[in-house]
Amino acid sequence: MEPHEFPHIEQQLAPVFERHGCEANQLLKILREVQEIFHFIPPAAITCVASHLGVPRTQVEGVAGFYFFLSLKSVGEYRLLFSNNVTDQMQGNPELMQYFCHKLWLESGKVSEDNLLSVDSTSCTGMCDQGPAALINGWPLTNLDRDRLDMIAALIHDKKPVCDWPSMLFEVKDNIRRAGTLLGEPFEPGAAIRATLDRGSAATLMEMEASGLRGRGGAGFSVARKWSLCRASPGDHHYIVCNADEGEPGTFKDRVLLNSYADLVCEGMTVGARIIGATQGFLYLRGEYRYLLKKLEEVLARRRVAGLLGKNILGETGFDFDIEIHLGAGSYICGEESALIESLEGKRGRPRNRPPFPVTHGYLDQPTVVDNVETLACAARIAIQGGEWFAAIGTTQSTGSKILSIAGDCARPGIYEYPFGIALHEILDDCGAEDPYAVQVSGPSGILVPSKEFGRRISFEDLPTAGAFTVFKRGRDILQIVQNFARFFAHESCGFCTPCRVGTQLQKKIVDKITHGHGTVYDLEELKHVGHIMQSMSHCGLGHTAANPVLDMLEKFPDAYEHKLKNFAFEPVFDLDGALETARKITGRDDAWAHLS
Amino acid sequence: MNEKRKIRVATCSLAGCFGCHMSLLDIDEKLFDLLGVIEFDRTPFTDIKHCGPCDIGIVEGGVSNAENVHVLKEFRENCKVLVAIGACAITGGVPALRNNIDLWDCFQEVYLYEGGLEGNQIPNDPELPLPFDKVYPIYEVVKVDYFLPGCPPSADTIWKFLTDLIEGREPKLDYEMLHYD
Repeated sequence: MEPHEFPHIEQQLAPVFERHGCEANQLLKILREVQEIFHFIPPAAITCVASHLGVPRTQVEGVAGFYFFLSLKSVGEYRLLFSNNVTDQMQGNPELMQYFCHKLWLESGKVSEDNLLSVDSTSCTGMCDQGPAALINGWPLTNLDRDRLDMIAALIHDKKPVCDWPSMLFEVKDNIRRAGTLLGEPFEPGAAIRATLDRGSAATLMEMEASGLRGRGGAGFSVARKWSLCRASPGDHHYIVCNADEGEPGTFKDRVLLNSYADLVCEGMTVGARIIGATQGFLYLRGEYRYLLKKLEEVLARRRVAGLLGKNILGETGFDFDIEIHLGAGSYICGEESALIESLEGKRGRPRNRPPFPVTHGYLDQPTVVDNVETLACAARIAIQGGEWFAAIGTTQSTGSKILSIAGDCARPGIYEYPFGIALHEILDDCGAEDPYAVQVSGPSGILVPSKEFGRRISFEDLPTAGAFTVFKRGRDILQIVQNFARFFAHESCGFCTPCRVGTQLQKKIVDKITHGHGTVYDLEELKHVGHIMQSMSHCGLGHTAANPVLDMLEKFPDAYEHKLKNFAFEPVFDLDGALETARKITGRDDAWAHLS
Repeated sequence: MNEKRKIRVATCSLAGCFGCHMSLLDIDEKLFDLLGVIEFDRTPFTDIKHCGPCDIGIVEGGVSNAENVHVLKEFRENCKVLVAIGACAITGGVPALRNNIDLWDCFQEVYLYEGGLEGNQIPNDPELPLPFDKVYPIYEVVKVDYFLPGCPPSADTIWKFLTDLIEGREPKLDYEMLHYD
């Protein structure tokens, strides 16, 4: 579409600008709204936003092009995105997508001729326990089947606004199957803050220290250490950020925590704020969970009324703290804390050089703590019940409990809370896994565990995890699973550093080649070589871990690929004769020289 | 009579512009030194049509048609060490710009719509190499031992690379020889 098609764009955008002001760090928020108004970011809007914020046009376009839920080309009034997580794939999403496209004469990735609808796939939407799942204009659809897709097709055909669609399509269940100390015990809003005020900040920090609480996002950094580093860092302002950019495929525990335990999470943030001296907090909510936004805003409003947020919290003079929710826009890398901070500042989610770490130079270069949703919930419990109580649960180096999001080949997918140190086979029994063959612990960036290692335990000492627990039964094609993961990383690499940008593409290509039966021993060597470079040379954790599934498969699942290999030392990447077919058709040739064997 | 056997070298240009070959010739007077230790097999300089057993094969250009594959495979079968020289051999380079254009659109534009052609028709003579749907880097078709980047690599870079290889050292290029900004 041409810019002249939007003659009134300035008037149309005026209310958006009014809401967000003219600071450059509002860019992402503004672009999200532009996307909602026009269903894409028109060139005229880019020009308009750039001049409003006083930033170069390229900066606006750079941000708009970075996030998957923002698009520079029209994606139609309705955009249906099928989740391509491995569990959704096993539940039949590719076939459903094909069915839907076929039914409506659509091609995936392209907009219908009347500019009404487009269909595409997206990274895991966090509904693995109730898939197959998809997003319609950003709202989650669960338990998809052909009947539901027929219904959706009719709704779109009638141009019914998504907000008027039947609510059963959007039903999201918590599926809490096993609750422990974090999820199971009652919680009275305000209790943790009160305990912190009674005990004092320094003493509460000591409790955190005594608890041994480590970050639940995967890396397991000591919370007490992070908070005291930030507390000690000089700065005009301190910030605390709740990382709810739960993008690791197969993870959905934060979804449940935010849906049903939002008070606990907010309380953890408020306790943290008190300790580090922050007056402003952010909850970075992944774009896929925007359906939780309204509910979370209500929780915040209720807490303000109850004196648990805002000025002089619980009557304590000078204890001011509030939380603002910042919505992501479809980017896995924004789960990395420094990329998340960049995104909070309205920029592309590109990981920063570290050091300096966020605890000294974070949001707006000020001391900032970024903690996982579950970590903050734990912190609230510790503030109430004390560090010793917490440290008594779990193992020596992994105290407390861990929430697992279990999905895949099991009878009872959902949320399971266990004390650290639980063995995989016990978990598999509990969730009703049928003839389990392998488990992906902590998502694609984690570890692929074969059945002979099911005695291993969830803990920082043995199998650390951010929460994803995906079960694969015997007979599942491990190569296909690894191909899914390789594609995921190739899609989500932010493109900043070469080892990751190129490495993830090479991995994808080579795994595809092996899957198509053209792989050789040479390709396996190449995969190891590429993997090693990615692990050692990448800029951030995404690149460091993106080779894990491939390397795990090479090491532990030779059966998955050996029968697919050709015996020669080298095999072309593509089908040579097949690549001549187009030209054969065009020229009508079929002579010997028009073929390659 | 104990003269050292000369290193046998073959070169070719597939979908390339011969710029890398020109850059090789740019080593100027060092060509005499080079010819003291090597001899050419198939190359545009000798006009030998087929490659025999060689020590080093140097390939410029990407793979754009069926004939390129025959040439490339012949090189791989006959050369102990195969070198991809220049951007086109390594990534497809400039010819790969056509990869975003449908082959049928290309043919129509060139042979059917372009003015000045007589009896507009798409050529189908078996003598003509049949194009692939896309231009591919050579490492996707055969195993490649070394990649010498540049568009083209400078004469000095080529000289350093070749002398290292000929003298039996692992080729090592300084940063200065590999950066182009």
